Amino acid sequence: MTRRDWRKLGPGAAKFATLATFVVLLAFPFYWMLIATFKQNIDLYAVENNPFKFNLPPTLDHLKLLFFETGYVRWIGNTALVGVIVVIITLFLAVPAAYSLARLTGRWGQRMGIAIFLTYLIPPTLLFIPLSRVVAVLGLQDTIWSVVLVYPSFTVPFSIWLLMGFFKSIPKELEDAAMVDGLTRFGAFVKLVIPISTSGILTVVIFTFTLVTQEFVYALTFISPESQQMVGVGIPIFLVRGDVYFWGSLMAACLITSVPIALLYNTFLDRFIAGFTVGAVK
Amino acid sequence: MFFPAAAYIVLLIGGPLVLAVMYAFSDARIGNPGFHYVGLENFRSILQSPSFRAALRNSVVFTVVAQIIVIVCSTMLSIALEKPFRGRKFTRFLILLPWVAPISLGAIGWKWILDSIYSVITWVLIWLHVCKPYGAPMWLGEPKLAMASVILVHCWRLIPFSTVIMLAGLTAIPKDIPEAAAIDGAGFWRILFRINIPMMAPIISVAVLFGTIFTFTDMTVVYILTAGGPFDSTQTLPSLAFATGIQGSDLAAGAAMSLFLIPVLVLIAYFMLRAAHRAEVT
Amino acid sequence: MAVVETRNLTKVFKQGDLGAVNNVNIETREGEFLVLLGPSGSGKTTLLRMIAGLETPTTGEIRIGGEVVNERSPRERGIAMVFQSYALYPHLSVYENIAFPLKAQKIPKNQHKQKVEWAAGLLGIQSLLQRKPRQLSGGERQRVALARAIVREPRVFLLDEPLSNLDAKLRASAREELEQFHDRIKTTTIYVTHDQVEAMALGDRIVVLHKGEVRQIGTPEEVYDQPADTFVATFLGSPPMNLLEFPDIIVGFRPESLVPEGVVPGAAQVKLRFRVNYVEYLGAEHVLYGSLEGGNFESKEIVARLSWTMPTGYKAGGVYDFAIAQIDLRFFDRKTEKRTQPRPFTWQ
Repeated sequence: MTRRDWRKLGPGAAKFATLATFVVLLAFPFYWMLIATFKQNIDLYAVENNPFKFNLPPTLDHLKLLFFETGYVRWIGNTALVGVIVVIITLFLAVPAAYSLARLTGRWGQRMGIAIFLTYLIPPTLLFIPLSRVVAVLGLQDTIWSVVLVYPSFTVPFSIWLLMGFFKSIPKELEDAAMVDGLTRFGAFVKLVIPISTSGILTVVIFTFTLVTQEFVYALTFISPESQQMVGVGIPIFLVRGDVYFWGSLMAACLITSVPIALLYNTFLDRFIAGFTVGAVK
Repeated sequence: MFFPAAAYIVLLIGGPLVLAVMYAFSDARIGNPGFHYVGLENFRSILQSPSFRAALRNSVVFTVVAQIIVIVCSTMLSIALEKPFRGRKFTRFLILLPWVAPISLGAIGWKWILDSIYSVITWVLIWLHVCKPYGAPMWLGEPKLAMASVILVHCWRLIPFSTVIMLAGLTAIPKDIPEAAAIDGAGFWRILFRINIPMMAPIISVAVLFGTIFTFTDMTVVYILTAGGPFDSTQTLPSLAFATGIQGSDLAAGAAMSLFLIPVLVLIAYFMLRAAHRAEVT
Repeated sequence: MAVVETRNLTKVFKQGDLGAVNNVNIETREGEFLVLLGPSGSGKTTLLRMIAGLETPTTGEIRIGGEVVNERSPRERGIAMVFQSYALYPHLSVYENIAFPLKAQKIPKNQHKQKVEWAAGLLGIQSLLQRKPRQLSGGERQRVALARAIVREPRVFLLDEPLSNLDAKLRASAREELEQFHDRIKTTTIYVTHDQVEAMALGDRIVVLHKGEVRQIGTPEEVYDQPADTFVATFLGSPPMNLLEFPDIIVGFRPESLVPEGVVPGAAQVKLRFRVNYVEYLGAEHVLYGSLEGGNFESKEIVARLSWTMPTGYKAGGVYDFAIAQIDLRFFDRKTEKRTQPRPFTWQ
């Protein structure tokens, strides 16, 4: 091989080594979850056994326990219901807001955009104490409606932000042409802009839904009874009897819940990144 | 069209924010939520509390250390992912798993991986003859190790996020510039440190700023992994605020603690706005 | 300063596809300004990038100064390149941009200042040294790019359409500056462009490329006056050469050769009737768009270009007597489209 061939090999091998190391470090917990899901308890809790393979034949016991003897299915139902409702609320609030901000020229549009961005920086861990009182006063404590009320507080700013960038990229001339042709501004918005923006709106739907499924603090604070809980809180808190964790079922639950969300997220990732980096990357 | 969203945000973010401040100056408790003004009493008592001082210190330390590790790792990883190769989409999916999986589920997975008896890491170390059997480190039981574990889980979650953002920054660099540098005589390292990284500076700051927020304001990882223990060594501001305010029913003290998040958030907001403004100018 | 040679140079991007560059043989002369001219997709940029070392050839050899450089990385070839976008480092000042190659080649720091100032002086940008690229105009950026290229005193200069990002007015003055620059430093230069006016103005010789193949290499006079095939004939010159297709030959004549009868004295001329459809008045000339009247090529569209010294008064709709001097006709073989010997023909 020539000198140049050797040199070409170097960076490639280093890249491969880097990638391999990180992929293993980042993804192995999920591989671990996969194995633990199907490992018999005797195998799972035997310290000497090789954890990476099945020393005893795999079993479906953990899955059976998870689905039939815990509130897992109930929690998924709760979360899905909350997710759908919050998505609807978010769309109703964020789409018009983002549109008016995107079309508002001049300093005010920019200022409001920044204000929206700043509200996203206020974390749940700052607001959860006062909000717990608000929820109690409204009588929503311990029901799923508490989180339905509160979740839009982080999904709406984020969605407005995402959609603003999206609407800005639609040329204003399109709506001008529609208005010349006889539509009002609102009519142009409904009949023209929204149909064009289906992919942006779809992105917002997906991310809102995933934000809902990932939330922990509010659900933990506002909801106590197991039957009303979300899946993100139910799994770490309720798959325990006394001091005993049902690790097999726990891992199964983690895996089953994480993978679909991951798949959903992945398909829309590029748009997500565009939302985060708008303004920083030209 | 912006009004409904604005109203919601004012009511559900602005309102609670004001409430949080009010609580911090009161003596509200969960059973007794009236407002009686007590001045700076809450602040005085929490500042004297060793738990609080530890939490404050931990929040800062965890955040700073995690960011450093994350930036270095995600820079390496984004460079490795830059050029297309077979299976890049699948690799990206695997790498993203820690970020897209719900925080609580990733954390509970790690709790099992770091379990004092059954830890798979311990097993590997014993297998490599680095540790003696039954002399395994208590990953979540010894203060220093517990702190490292919390930092580890935060890094594990954030590296995918930062990597994807950096990748966007890297691909935004016009192709001719590294080529011109290569023709000018620069080798791989010089191009990396003198051309690519400086040009990615705005993106890197976006990644750092968001990463800081996610780590500093998170209570989920601590709550699930260690619940603040052992002996408050992994307690952070948000987790202590939760423990005090909700579990301990002392709403006022909890609110006061969470207010300490604000200075850092304001700082972050300032830097973000500056970065965005600078990006607009270029 | 060195001679650049390519021998049988070929680049295929995807197996089975037509090559982007096919079997190209070029040899520059010392110190000449060689232009690679062709439409987009002709392979000219790929060719340049292979010479620079930014693409690897599929087959063939590249030699600089007599040595084969195929295996060498760009920095080892002793070349400098100016990109279409100029590729200035946006985070560095003009001074640091120009100094960058010196740093990269590990030239001792105490020599930097003197060399940078020499390069900046050559291009008249000494006053801009502390600015950042985003504060510069298009023309100033070109000068910085050139300064950065010259500061290492390379053997060969490669330029990839550096004028195409400038607006029309600026282009002419930037072109002039390039010419003066080349006169001063006399380094072998290879210049890629799709603009044939630029090519003719700047080039000592022009390599006309089409679909990855060399169609002709020659001086501007040679490629304009003696085109090797119909592609070269129609690519150079605007409006393009008129072509009439006969069963076995193609006869061509440039618009400026089509003149009113009587303007060209002498017997060796071809007469025809020209129906004018449309007249463009461009100040220094008139361009007449029309068609042939009568004969085998009735209604074939042709163009005439009359300088302001010629008779005017041609109106749309009129039919006039025009002629072409015999020596101005060019003949191309019908099948191969390559230039052939003159042959008698009739079109009446």
